[in-house]
Amino acid sequence: MDIIVCVKRVPDVAEAEVDIDSSGRGIQLGTLGYVINEWDNFAVEAAVSLVEEHGGKVTAITVGGEDDEDVLRRALAMGADEALCLTDPAFDGSDSFGIANILSKAIADIPYDLVLTGAVSGDVGGGRVGPMLAAMAGIPHVCLATELSVDAGTARVRHEVEGGLERVVELDLPALVTVQTGMNEPRYVSVLGIRKARRKPLTAAGAAEIGIAPDSVGPAGTRVTVEEMFLPPKGEAAEILQGDDEDTVAALVERLRQQGGV
Amino acid sequence: MRKILVLVEHSGGVVDDSAYELAAAARNLGEAGGDVSVGGVVLGNDVTDLAAGLGAWFENVYVFDSPRLQVPDGVAGAELLAGLIEQEQPFATLIPHTNTGMDLAPALAVRAGSPLFADCIALETTPDGLSGVRTRYGGKVHARISATGDGGFMATMRPGSFDTGEAPGSDGALHTMEVPGDLAPQRRFVETVAPEPGAVDISQAEVLVAVGRGIDEEEHLEIIRSLADVMGADIACTRPVVDKGWLSKSYQIGTSGVSVKPKVYIAIGISGSYQHIGGIKGAPYIAAINKDPAAPIFGVADVGIVGDLFDIVPLLEQQIREVKGVG
Ligand SMILES: Cc1cc2nc3c(=O)[nH]c(=O)nc-3n(C[C@H](O)[C@H](O)[C@H](O)COP(=O)(O)OP(=O)(O)OC[C@H]3O[C@@H](n4cnc5c(N)ncnc54)[C@H](O)[C@@H]3O)c2cc1C
Ligand SMILES: Nc1ncnc2c1ncn2[C@@H]1O[C@H](COP(=O)(O)O)[C@@H](O)[C@H]1O
Repeated sequence: MDIIVCVKRVPDVAEAEVDIDSSGRGIQLGTLGYVINEWDNFAVEAAVSLVEEHGGKVTAITVGGEDDEDVLRRALAMGADEALCLTDPAFDGSDSFGIANILSKAIADIPYDLVLTGAVSGDVGGGRVGPMLAAMAGIPHVCLATELSVDAGTARVRHEVEGGLERVVELDLPALVTVQTGMNEPRYVSVLGIRKARRKPLTAAGAAEIGIAPDSVGPAGTRVTVEEMFLPPKGEAAEILQGDDEDTVAALVERLRQQGGV
Repeated sequence: MRKILVLVEHSGGVVDDSAYELAAAARNLGEAGGDVSVGGVVLGNDVTDLAAGLGAWFENVYVFDSPRLQVPDGVAGAELLAGLIEQEQPFATLIPHTNTGMDLAPALAVRAGSPLFADCIALETTPDGLSGVRTRYGGKVHARISATGDGGFMATMRPGSFDTGEAPGSDGALHTMEVPGDLAPQRRFVETVAPEPGAVDISQAEVLVAVGRGIDEEEHLEIIRSLADVMGADIACTRPVVDKGWLSKSYQIGTSGVSVKPKVYIAIGISGSYQHIGGIKGAPYIAAINKDPAAPIFGVADVGIVGDLFDIVPLLEQQIREVKGVG
């Protein structure tokens, strides 16, 4: 069973101060660290463990620059067999539709039974690329999977649906599944593991190699444009308690008492 | 007159609030001074009565009622909606950014060839198209996005971000739509699974001490338990804590967890994602402890301490003990 898993490297903003860049349309990336998109980490684990169980091959793919190869090396270290970096100046500035378009052209040349993506990406977070890619590739999809197993050409997927419920469905392969966090326990990746994975094949391909018209991607192919980014309006933001820890905690206890919390 | 379509989500025979929110948001999308006509779209099995009840909100209600639509399926739904869009040529189609909406909208956008605005918290028309606001980077940044053209736009809208207002009281016409005979959902239904009831029912708790990824290690949960004990509160958590297996799903607050309606809620090491906050109903008093002054949780909290939870929480427990006069 051959599985394609789409991965993305995202800036880690969890505890970082985020500032808008000089273009006004992005954030300053300078000092930020990068991580694999949280959801994609679960997707890679799912792909690798399915292939461990059934045999076959995992190919990890990203659309990005050279720096984004990190995330492919990480996937290789987790057990992916091959990696493909889709990189071309023409791809820069693509929106979700463009990314899905690029991925759909690239996977058209690769045999696969299953495509996995994350449910959403932590930076853009629209959850569009997966189901768009499925629609472009003409395969069925299921979003927000929390369990996934495969048996003789059929995938069984448990996924989050409306009303706080989960639903189990089956669908014929090939299919695309978007992976929700918590599906599994992603294996640990060591620095040594990443170094060893350098022996595994990692290839790069651009617009010409995958046969996509450069003017159908990047800014020219963008359907939705980012006009500006800004920090959330402060509005009715919290009263931030001032002073040393003893003072702030005393003030908090007082407020909690007034509110009936203590 | 501009047409706007709204996908009506429903579950267990009940219309989701998002339908009314989107119906109201749709009314703001007219050309300057121009009227809009809002159409509601209902997909499902045995949903004609439910659809007929929506006439006060929509000028037109389109219902696709078939046993083959018993189980929502984004691929089949996209096929039906694409046909309706071709027929009605709406200026925009609004879909709730719920699990079901996220499953359907991107596939529909590809089919219909539409620009798709995802997860909007605001949406308005511009002289040459549509403009919206959404969050990025876990809510730390807002982005204004736009697309130009005469119509055919699509947007998923974040539940809870648009005021419902009053039903305009229109006397909507019900249109029974044909579900093509060859529409064959590719998903085979196996079963629906409800979350397992937990040992505690946090949905009934008055005071909640909730913990997020900032707790870092399972063992550290002890300081949260200890604080909750002395307060007589229940503990709760965010999704990553459940994903790691540190607490069971019945402790998870959020759109894919439990909805709670406490009087007081304390967020410790929680960034404040909308999927988490979306599970907090009513208007509790919210206190947040986070070392990141830019954490979005401070945008929704009433009071906050910027600091390291490992310093603050033990001190908080100690001071509460003193106030309560317990050892
Ligand atoms: C479809 C969907 C459904 C979802 N449903 C839910 C849901 O139901 N519930 C839910 O919670 N999430 C849900 N999520 C996940 C959600 O998007 C967030 O990823 C999650 O809520 C983040 O949890 P967190 O705040 O604990 O972690 P993070 O966002 O990583 O935040 C951790 C915070 O801890 C702070 N911190 C770290 N160390 C310390 C310290 N020593 N002292 C003080 N502060 C510290 C950091 O500054 C940071 O703000 C869902 C996501 C999707 C896509
Ligand atoms: N640049 C990219 N390269 C490869 N996969 C991507 C890229 N962007 C998004 N994806 C995939 O699409 C998923 C959803 O992303 P998004 O639609 O941005 O929320 C991610 O979890 C990835 O699996």
